[in-house]
Order: sequence, then structure tokens, then C-alpha cells
Amino acid sequence: MTANSAAPAKKRSLMQWLKGYTGQKYTTTLLFLLIPVVLLILFTVIPAINMGIYSFQKRDQLGVSWEWVGFDNYVRIFTDGAYLQTFANSIYYLIGSFVQQAFALLIASVLCSKIKFGNAFKGILFFPYMMNGVAVSLIFRRFFQKGDGITNTEGTLNSILMLLGGEPVRWLSDPNLVNICLVFASIWRYIGFDIIMYISAIQSISPDIYEAADLDGANAWQRFWYIVFPSIRPIVGLQLILAIKGAVSVFEIPYIITEGKNGTSTFVIKTIETAFKYQKVGLASAMAVVLLAIILIVTAIQKAFFKEEK
Amino acid sequence: MSSVAKKTGKNSIEDKMYRQSRIFYQILKYVFLTMCCLMVIIPLIVVLIGAFKTHDEYISTGVFTLPEVPQFENFKIAFVNGKVMQGLLNTLIILAVSCFGTIFTGTMTAFVLQRFNMLFTRAVKTVFLIAALLPNISMQVTVFQIVSKLGLYNTLAAPCVLYIGTDIISIYIFIQFLNNISKSLDESAILDGASYPRVYFSIILPMLRPAIATVLVIKFVSIYNDFYTANLYMPSQDLAVVSTALYRFIGPYGAKWEIIFAGIIICIIPSLVIFLCLQKSIYSNLVTGSVKE
Repeated sequence: MTANSAAPAKKRSLMQWLKGYTGQKYTTTLLFLLIPVVLLILFTVIPAINMGIYSFQKRDQLGVSWEWVGFDNYVRIFTDGAYLQTFANSIYYLIGSFVQQAFALLIASVLCSKIKFGNAFKGILFFPYMMNGVAVSLIFRRFFQKGDGITNTEGTLNSILMLLGGEPVRWLSDPNLVNICLVFASIWRYIGFDIIMYISAIQSISPDIYEAADLDGANAWQRFWYIVFPSIRPIVGLQLILAIKGAVSVFEIPYIITEGKNGTSTFVIKTIETAFKYQKVGLASAMAVVLLAIILIVTAIQKAFFKEEK
Repeated sequence: MSSVAKKTGKNSIEDKMYRQSRIFYQILKYVFLTMCCLMVIIPLIVVLIGAFKTHDEYISTGVFTLPEVPQFENFKIAFVNGKVMQGLLNTLIILAVSCFGTIFTGTMTAFVLQRFNMLFTRAVKTVFLIAALLPNISMQVTVFQIVSKLGLYNTLAAPCVLYIGTDIISIYIFIQFLNNISKSLDESAILDGASYPRVYFSIILPMLRPAIATVLVIKFVSIYNDFYTANLYMPSQDLAVVSTALYRFIGPYGAKWEIIFAGIIICIIPSLVIFLCLQKSIYSNLVTGSVKE
């Protein structure tokens, strides 16, 4: 409001208008938003529109030859077994992230109780989140490796098994085990972040409530179930929704540990392979649109869920 | 108070049982946490031990066997021949440019979008909100063509421009933070005759310092650890970043795990140092960052 009162009511030249606060508002907007909006149009808006258009075309990476194919690309995604399998794989990651949330919540509540070396435990458990994804993937390539007696000794997990008197297992070449191994690596990498999220949520609960519960003689479990859990429910809800988004967007760990081979491909790996290895940009665009649709649906559910919470 | 008094005053058997179960729970807690920490540490210990072994030792000894004489040769090979040094340098350049760029464009965008309520700013805000939902890696299917057309393919500019241009979360964080900075501050400055750019530079930017810290932490973690952008847009050997330098070890050093281990350690050290120095602020900044998402 002050901006308007500063401008005199009499007729002004363009220069004066620009110097006034209304004019300034426009010039500042233009000046400040120029670069971000150009970048937004170039790297988000145009690619998003192209993605929608290409998804109905058959075209290569260079875009030299292309033709309209209608819904063929979409039909292929939902009927071709190779693509359907990637959806099945994301179920492993989805279940894995529920396990991850449960463990993170348990660890966080233990860390929030009276405990010595709490910071050291927290630091160790969190640090993998700070680590480079390629480093984590390579570490787990070695962790699950099966020795061949010539160039490689047994990997870490098999070495532990043998110390305990077990037999070495082919973790990464057994189709029943490989996805579980990858999910384990993924939990190892990301759980630290959930732990600190839960810790901060638990710590925001007023200590008065705990004191009251203590006076009433509540045990640890009752304290968790009747005090901690209800107050952090919104965060738990948010984390579970994020888990679904995470499960459909898994990329790095299977891409580097198993290169998506042996039935470990995920939807995003398949999209990237389709676009850059097989040069089928149309089909890959359709896959990206499908992923976006899944994310939009989940986001809509999240919005509805949070409205209810309030 | 009365219940506490009752408890201590009651017969000592119940009191003893209560204390014993408490001790039991206390021990259980430490056992549980130690097990969890061991799960984190064991895979890392193997890497640390392996990096100091010779190749012969690697093939002939178990993963937990310590090297006879610690070798530093592996680190040298990883650092120089494996281009990890080059990778660190390139990553540093990309980090510096993108952080600087994001902070300026991000705060300016947030300032305009949050303070000026015009049709145009509302429209831009909506586009940003929608853009935040787009799945990043899948988007590269069509972003790739734009990047090539602009002649940015195989240059350090490609990741910089993408990190600055598609970072909507930072803008979000700045906008959220600005919501809590009273407009009366701007208004009093305007009464004193300050122009809008001046309000931005001398009031808003300094006030946003905590939000800038949050964005810097998130940026460091995401850019230092990002693998795919560099892998797709910078295939040239000289343009390796930390992630891609390490990824390329799989080919030539595929059977030489002791060198890969050394590379892993070199690439973790910067994260470890930063983590140890800024531990507390990293936790709080990541939490604020994600809650405000």
C-alpha cells in the first residue's frame, strides 16, 4: 500500500512511472525472473511438452524420422512382459521402504530415550546418507560378491556366513535373492535420513507430557503408543507417501550394482535404456508420462490425506 | 509426587524387580543400537582394509584379514590414473557455480514470487509448483535434446545449468522462509526511499541467511552424490566428476578391487570431513529442508 501512496497522482512520463513503485515492481520482476524463467522454460516446460507429444510418436534420439503411432507406446508398456516386470520389482522396494520406516522409527525412539553415546550412534547410522551413491553401490557389489577362487575371494556377507559355519551363497545371481539384496543396500543408504526425521518429530513433543505419563506410571511401550505415535502420525504418513514415490523411482543402486540385469531392472532404468541405448524416444517418453501419472496420483492422495489430518 | 513416594516406600521386592527390568531394557537398547551400527560399519571396514592390500593379498586373503604391510600405491593409482583428482576438481567447480547460481536466482525468484502478488507472478509460481513434481531422471529423455541443441553436451556447463535451472526445492524453501519475514520491514525501507532491488539486497538477502545454509547443505549432498547427470551429459574422460570417475573404475579396474576400494575411500573423505564439522547443522538443515518441501 505504501508503494501506491509514494506515486504522485499527476500525469507522469514513462521514466517517472518506471521510477515509481508500481513501475519498479514490473521492472524488478522482469529483471529478477528473467534468468530463472528462461531456464524453467528451456529445461522443464519445453521438455515436458515434448514428452507429451513424443509419447504418441515413434522417433529416434535425433528426431530425423518420426511418425504418429497413437497409443501404441502406452499399450506396449502395459502389455510387454519386460516392462511389466519392472512394476513387479518396485513392489520389493515398496515393502523394503515400509521395513525401513519401521526400523527408523524404532531406532529414533531408542535414540530419544536416555542413552549414552547417543550422538555417536546417530552419527554412524546417519552417515551412509551422506555417502556418494556410486561408492555405496560399489561397496555392496563387493558385500554380496560370490568368490570364484581365482580373481575374487568371497565377499563380505559370505565371509561372515562362513565364519558362522554357513555355506557361501550366490546372492546376486540368484533371481530370488538379488532384488532383496538390492533393497537391503537401499535401506542401508537411506535409513539415516528417516531416523533424523523421526528424531526431530519425537523431540518436538513437549516434555511435560512425558512427565505426566511418568507420574501415571506408563511403561516405555505405553509411552510410545499413546504419546509418541499419535503426535508424529503426520510425519509417518508423509514418509509412507514418499516411500511409494521412492519405490517407483529407484535408479542408482540397481543400475550400478547389477546394471539392471538378472531381473533387477526398474521402471526408471528401463526408461533410460529405452531412450539412450535403444534410441526409442517415443516409447521412453510414454514411460516418463506413466511415471509422472503415478506420482501425480500419489501426490493427490497425499494432499487428501493431509487435509483430513488437519 | 505422591505416587513416587509410594513407589519408593513400597516393599523392596517390587522395587528390585522394577529396577532389574529397567536394567534389562537398558542393555537391550545398547545391544540393538550396536547391532545396527555394526551393519553400517562392517561393509565399510572391508573397504578400508582392502584398500591397503596388494593385489596378491587381495586374491589370497579373506576380507577381514589385515594387510601385511599397508600399501598406499592403490590410492595413488586411483587418484591420478583413475581420474579421481580430476573428478574432485570438476565437482568442486560445478558445486561452486551451481551453489552461487542457485542462491542468487533462487532468492531473487522467491523474493519476487512471494512479495509481489501479480497475475504474472502467480502464474510463474503455479508452473514452478507443477514442475516440482516432474520425475528428474525420466525427464532427461527429452531434456537431453535441448541440452545437445544448445551445444552444452560434453561441457561442464551442462550440469551447472541443470542444477541451477531445475532446482525448484530451493525456491520453495526460500518462499517458505520469506513467509515468516514480516513485510513491514520492506515497507519501512520503502518509506525511507529504498528501491525494490535495494530492499532485496540489503534486507531480504541478509535475512535469508539460515535458509541459504539449508539450501547449501542440501545442494552439497545432492550435487556431490549425483551420478546420473554427469554420466549422461559428460562422457568425456576429462570431464569426470567424483561419481563418474568412480563408476568408470568398473571397466578397467573391474578385477582390481583394492584400487576401487581406494577410490571409494578418497571419494568418501570430503563427505566425512564436512559431516564431522557440521554434524548438528546438517541434521537440522535436512529436516527443515524436507519438512518445507
